[in-house]
Amino acid sequence: MTKGSTKNKQWLSGNEAIARGAWEAGVTVASGYPGTPSTEILENLCTYKDVYTEWAPNEKVALEVGLGASFAGARVLVTMKHVGLNVAADPLFTAAYTGVRGGIVIITADDPEMHSSQNEQDNRNYAYAAKLPMLEPSDPAEALELLKKAFEISEEFDTPVLFRTTTRVAHVKGLVARGKRKGGPVPVQIEKMPAKFVMLPGNARVRRRAIAERMTRLAAYVESFAGNRREPGTTKQGFITGGVSYLYVKEAFPEAAVLKIATTWPLPLQMIRDFAGQVEELIVVEELDPFLETHIKASGIACIGKARIPAMGELNPFILKKALGRETGEVFAPVDIPPRPPNMCPGCPHRGLFYSLGKQDVFISGDIGCYTLGFLPPLSAMDSCVCMGASIGVAHGMDKALGEKGRGKTVAVIGDSTFMHSGITGLVNMVYNSSASTVIILDNRITAMTGHQPNPASGSTIMDEPAKAVNLENLCRAIGVNHVRLVNPHDIKECRRVLKEEIERPEPSVIIAQSPCVLLPEERKRRKFPLASIQEKCTGCGTCIRLGCPAINWVPLTAEEAKQLGKKEKQKGFARISIEMCNGCGQCLAVCKFKAIKKAEDIG
Amino acid sequence: MKPRGNILFCGVGGQGILLASEITAAALLATGLDAKKSEVHGMAQRGGSVVAHLRYGEKVYSPLIDPGQADFAVAFETMEAVRYLPFLHRQSKVIVNTHRIAPPAVATGKMVYPADLLAELTGRGITVYPLDGFSIARAAGDIRTANIVLVGALSTFLPVGEDVFLDVLQKKIPRKLEENIAAFKEGRRITA
Repeated sequence: MTKGSTKNKQWLSGNEAIARGAWEAGVTVASGYPGTPSTEILENLCTYKDVYTEWAPNEKVALEVGLGASFAGARVLVTMKHVGLNVAADPLFTAAYTGVRGGIVIITADDPEMHSSQNEQDNRNYAYAAKLPMLEPSDPAEALELLKKAFEISEEFDTPVLFRTTTRVAHVKGLVARGKRKGGPVPVQIEKMPAKFVMLPGNARVRRRAIAERMTRLAAYVESFAGNRREPGTTKQGFITGGVSYLYVKEAFPEAAVLKIATTWPLPLQMIRDFAGQVEELIVVEELDPFLETHIKASGIACIGKARIPAMGELNPFILKKALGRETGEVFAPVDIPPRPPNMCPGCPHRGLFYSLGKQDVFISGDIGCYTLGFLPPLSAMDSCVCMGASIGVAHGMDKALGEKGRGKTVAVIGDSTFMHSGITGLVNMVYNSSASTVIILDNRITAMTGHQPNPASGSTIMDEPAKAVNLENLCRAIGVNHVRLVNPHDIKECRRVLKEEIERPEPSVIIAQSPCVLLPEERKRRKFPLASIQEKCTGCGTCIRLGCPAINWVPLTAEEAKQLGKKEKQKGFARISIEMCNGCGQCLAVCKFKAIKKAEDIG
Repeated sequence: MKPRGNILFCGVGGQGILLASEITAAALLATGLDAKKSEVHGMAQRGGSVVAHLRYGEKVYSPLIDPGQADFAVAFETMEAVRYLPFLHRQSKVIVNTHRIAPPAVATGKMVYPADLLAELTGRGITVYPLDGFSIARAAGDIRTANIVLVGALSTFLPVGEDVFLDVLQKKIPRKLEENIAAFKEGRRITA
């Protein structure tokens, strides 16, 4: 690579490149729901001019918005993480029938290894199941180019296109060549096409045949698609691969012949057949499921895949070399040191609620967000977590199964954004079917875990424009919840009292724990009054330590040291607050029975 | 043959690891090299262990450094330098901010912060450059420049001139440029 060529290129992440690609492709409408590793696509796209970008309350709504915009003729991008596509699966499968007017591309950002997810499902299977074409780039530069192609395919073949990335494409940075923005070819206007857009059985049967015909045409198209290419090399072992796995193959086996596939579905079977005929041993390298392998084998082509290469977690060149018997260098064994899992921030309002809730003898049905970290010790205040919105249904189901035994024993904990996403229907069910469970909405005004995206209850949009904020209290009352209580989660005493009252109540109740995320810009700017511990007064009882706040550290003492400090010999240590980390939330102050914690400025 | 190498940045979420890796990447790119960098966002950023892989050379394919292949590691916290030992090799050079942040199990008194951790590296022949990033940063005028001190210490090993780095700092750091340049130069002195 010469100096000149790097100069004209931009250093972009996969997600930034996708945003750029969407803009260059003439996208005018984009919708999605935040989820790692997809979030930064819309956060970048909303900074481009002439693109309407929004956060939808969930992925199903986002895809429906996308379909509407496409039916109107616009080019549309819809983004979500892999599990989000489960939520959007209903419109997805039928969108294959309606087809499009303006091109629509749906990003599914998968997370092999589960860096930030509850499962590692392989969404390539959706392309097969929903009968939709799927493209997969290997790096940011390819992501931009391939995305533009995806819009052409969408319009030429009258189909939504799935576009799959993984964490190591989305969150990888590389050099990317940029182009100019070009509008889509379809006029944006109302055009009624009921036979195509109204999926009643009579119409759907016709469209079902259109899908079959489309897939046949696509199967021919991908045979000469430029993104699918044979790279020359030694033929003792030949590799078929796509996505980030292609890069691992190039790194581990730079001398070998490679068939790189960008069209994950449908597959260029003739290309594969030809390639298979040219190599002695055909090896399929792909992360997660044997997707390529299964379909290649089903076509009667012999290959080696998951028999040698792991079907779980991420791959890398090292794993490939090991799997295929190639020499690797020396690798040191890991050293046994304390783990460092993520934790709630100092001053996090969730901590106060979980501390109070952990004292109750209840089953805590949890949900997806920062607050899932309430599972970790010392709070250990979560007993289940399945998917977005599940907390409420799970708590209600337990309540019904347990009957009288379960009275006052089941609680659901859900964040504001997750409640907006898919918690509301669960609450409707609780009221409709008279549950005795309690729902706690942790309302910190924002979708925090993915990096502070506004949601329908936040009062602003992705464009940072003011918006009507859903009033959670009024919403719950309108659903028919008679007992809706507001608490400040930092006020631990009050929290405990309200929790006890509502959990005992044999009918549905909602507690809204309201306090903004401490990392919000306006919260960061607010003047803080950090706390400090008074070492002489600390008895080492450990109560504040059990909050699990990163700003509070346990300082162990030997009997000798304790004596020297004028403490009882059996005192095993004391708590120390790190003033630099403290956000002054006051939770530790509230739980300390020995008045050993004060505002730092009062101690001096 | 153009130079090539693998740099691992590690530490605790919120320590400025991504900015340090961005500045290093920009400097390498400015010399006409290819590069790729891999990060993990989301769950990993809430005070957990954070790592970024940066690879450079004439043409870089994989965005991940293989185990045993990191030529350099820049650790923002002592224990984190040791956590990523499987990525290092005997000729690796490791720059360590000697700062300690107690992980939850230590902060709650369930485990102790191991003593003499860096011996785990030096005992395997790895060259370690320990430095007190915060003290150096404070002396340079702003405690928040500790990450730039570490970049400075790393920079002497890279095929990039000091002027290129200074140019990148100018472009990437909008505030307190003087303090950052001072921090960078102090870092450089440690490994020069």
